[in-house]
Amino acid sequence: MAPGAELPSTIPSVTTATGMRERVCRAAAQLLLEDERVSIVLGEISIPYFEEAFRRAPERIFNVGIMEQTMVGVAAGLAMEGFHPIVHTIAPFLVERPFEQLKIDFGYQELGGTFISVGASYDYVVEGTTHHSPADVALVSTIPGFEVLVPGTATEAVSLLRASYASNRGKYLRLSERQNPISHEVQPGRTEVLRRGASGATIIAVGPMLRPVQDAMEDIDATLLYVTTVAPFDSVTVAREAGDHVIVVEPFLQGTLAASVMECFGSRPVRLTCIGVPRTNFRTYGSREDLDVVAGLDVPTLKRRLYEALETRGAASTRAV
Amino acid sequence: MSGLNRDEVVRLASLATGDEKHEVSSYSTLDVLMVLYGRVLRFDSDRPDWEERDRFILSKGHGPSAFYAVLAARGFFPEEWLSTFMAREGRLGGHPDRRLIPGVEASTGSLGHGLGLSVGIGLALRAKGLEKQRVFCLTGDAELNEGSNWEAILVAPQLRLSNLTLVVIDNHSSSIPMGPWEDKFMSFGWHARAVDSRDHEQLYGALSYRDAEWPAVVIADVQPVGG
Repeated sequence: MAPGAELPSTIPSVTTATGMRERVCRAAAQLLLEDERVSIVLGEISIPYFEEAFRRAPERIFNVGIMEQTMVGVAAGLAMEGFHPIVHTIAPFLVERPFEQLKIDFGYQELGGTFISVGASYDYVVEGTTHHSPADVALVSTIPGFEVLVPGTATEAVSLLRASYASNRGKYLRLSERQNPISHEVQPGRTEVLRRGASGATIIAVGPMLRPVQDAMEDIDATLLYVTTVAPFDSVTVAREAGDHVIVVEPFLQGTLAASVMECFGSRPVRLTCIGVPRTNFRTYGSREDLDVVAGLDVPTLKRRLYEALETRGAASTRAV
Repeated sequence: MSGLNRDEVVRLASLATGDEKHEVSSYSTLDVLMVLYGRVLRFDSDRPDWEERDRFILSKGHGPSAFYAVLAARGFFPEEWLSTFMAREGRLGGHPDRRLIPGVEASTGSLGHGLGLSVGIGLALRAKGLEKQRVFCLTGDAELNEGSNWEAILVAPQLRLSNLTLVVIDNHSSSIPMGPWEDKFMSFGWHARAVDSRDHEQLYGALSYRDAEWPAVVIADVQPVGG
């Protein structure tokens, strides 16, 4: 295949306007009704999407209120009895507050369960840092056996949920306000090769960063990989496809994937650039797009950062940005 | 089910710890475990995952030698395992691991995890239609310092978890005053009863009681050694 050509490995479909949260909650409610081994534990959010579920299967769906440690513990108890629990609340309260319950009740006990968060990184812009959670993926990735799924669209999120909910491992499904306009046929564990470049530069776009990356790399000759499963990391595809300079564009704390990417290459010398959410307390309100600018993840800034990273190798066009 | 022989359990626990028999006899959990595994719990040690068993969660995972001794006495694993307690070649650690030990439902150690698990198990038993089965969770008095317990204590009565029994071993180890036990639990909606753990008939009565609607707590008073 010619460098730069779009690969036909995925079948794109147009994403509907509905957000990830509503689509995934409705899909989870549907799973509850389809599969008697599914149970749902909610932390006082998204209740309206589960009204029918509460009515039709009240013995398997629970809103425990605002008690995150017990929410995760209860889910683990259900998993110990053979159920596939789905747990849902806002990212900092799903990961950071009850982290020890994730680590011990699920990780150490080797139980299966699906943790669905909303409020990716700074999605809850106006609520401030208490509601931000850019470190969620870095944290969950430290737990042995956990799978971390970062879909780029609602359709991908539903597809990853359905493909993984019944597995006997912990799954963290990270939903975001930011969505790509086109869905790919993603599968847990699989990396999509969207473009092959000739320059040796390889850009790894994670979940909702795909479209911004595509917009920013118009004039850049680089291989483009699309990752929606960040743990366990698909080292086979990345090691096979990547050149000598890898740029990771991650929608969470910058550097989260650094170790996973470098471990793909063994002794092979590869230059790594990570572009993600900076380690800072955001004190800016407004819209999510406003915070994208503050974080340096809006398209113009992203383009500039990609050019800066690639300027010494000639992969980027000399055209001024 | 026939009761357990105290001398036999003490002998087995001594194999694990090397402690003298009078020291083993003062282990805070010994009496409750003797009554639970001797007269209350339904289980089949040949089939640790028998669906119709009662579930026992040792939330207070530290000092597990009395627990290990009772499991060995009941035939969940060979007596020889006890002599490898906390050893490189052994399976019995300083806190119990469900992946390594038959009869251990939960891997515990960090305090305040077992009651949340037990609430989930209680809900699961009900969802599966296992009406007679019960879940017992054993904590210490100081373990109830952990806020996670109070989340679960708050929610269990709301869920009408009558299949859940919490056993608090009160060996007066908490630096924070925890009483009055019964008033506190009753105000949260629990059926509460305090007993002297040396009185096995009282313990048996309290542990075998199941309320029609509410979760139950048994506070088992254990006098500290020398006290």
